[in-house]
Amino acid sequence: MEKVKILSQYCKSCNLCVDICPKKILAIGDKSNQKGYFTVVCTDQEKCISCALCATVCPDVAIEVYK
Amino acid sequence: MEKIFGRSKGLTDVPFSFCPGCTHGTIMRLIAEVMEELDIIEDTIGISPVGCAGFSQNFFSCDFIGAAHGRAQAVGIGVKRSLPDRIVFTYQGDGDIAAIGTQHAIHAAARGEKITSIMVNNAIFGMTGGQMAPTTLEGMKTTTSPYGKDVSTTGYPIDLPRLIANLEGAVYVAAVSVDSPKNINQAKKAIKKAFQVQMAGLGFAFVSVLSTCPTNWGISPVDSLQWLRENMMPVYQMGELKVTEEVKSL
Repeated sequence: MEKVKILSQYCKSCNLCVDICPKKILAIGDKSNQKGYFTVVCTDQEKCISCALCATVCPDVAIEVYK
Repeated sequence: MEKIFGRSKGLTDVPFSFCPGCTHGTIMRLIAEVMEELDIIEDTIGISPVGCAGFSQNFFSCDFIGAAHGRAQAVGIGVKRSLPDRIVFTYQGDGDIAAIGTQHAIHAAARGEKITSIMVNNAIFGMTGGQMAPTTLEGMKTTTSPYGKDVSTTGYPIDLPRLIANLEGAVYVAAVSVDSPKNINQAKKAIKKAFQVQMAGLGFAFVSVLSTCPTNWGISPVDSLQWLRENMMPVYQMGELKVTEEVKSL
């Protein structure tokens, strides 16, 4: 199961989560949401340590974290 | 697997209408989480002003009233005095509370009105297109100060929390920032305290939160956070500026 889940309808691809992720497993993807933003994707769920730093800095509350 | 982070019940399902990377959303999330943790969502009445903060009624699941520019505290005080058992908070930008609404901020604090005010300070008028605000830093370029703010004609930046901390009726005054996870957690603690102060009926609680405006500052969201740390934090006094003995014992 996904440890980090991006709620793509809220994402505005601001890059703050990509910058803060200690494992560098978040990236701007190639699919856009209905607003036209290319939303963030997690490239390797296995490496996620569920630290929730991405969700803490996300200004659009677009990330759910599971542990 | 257990969900350790998700959208708070204090927020509606509506996506924020702010620009990408604007930390208004972070501050709103913190307020929503605090309301949920204190179990006061249904008893809370928020007051939104004019500006980017004026959208807040769409995003919080508590009741909301839209006030005229700068008058959020005047409306909030009216609501609180007529419905003293409700929790009333105002959510205002610096262009609202530190410019057109300064008199209400000062007098609400002087009278010790039992409301909570959250000020979002991004040193600029965001919604109207990045004009100079009373909180704009010396030398900062805005659309109305294209050569940099000249303090000899337009004044020094107003540090409103420091001003309010001097007034007797204000019992809790804090200046926090949302530029890093550590500071975001500290900001949440300050906001929670400000709501607890009101629940205990102790007096006026004020929290100023430093925020970014990547669009009008003209820099990327990630660089904006760094700009805030380097330029705004040294100018504005940070931390808990005033905590009375009663508040400490909460």
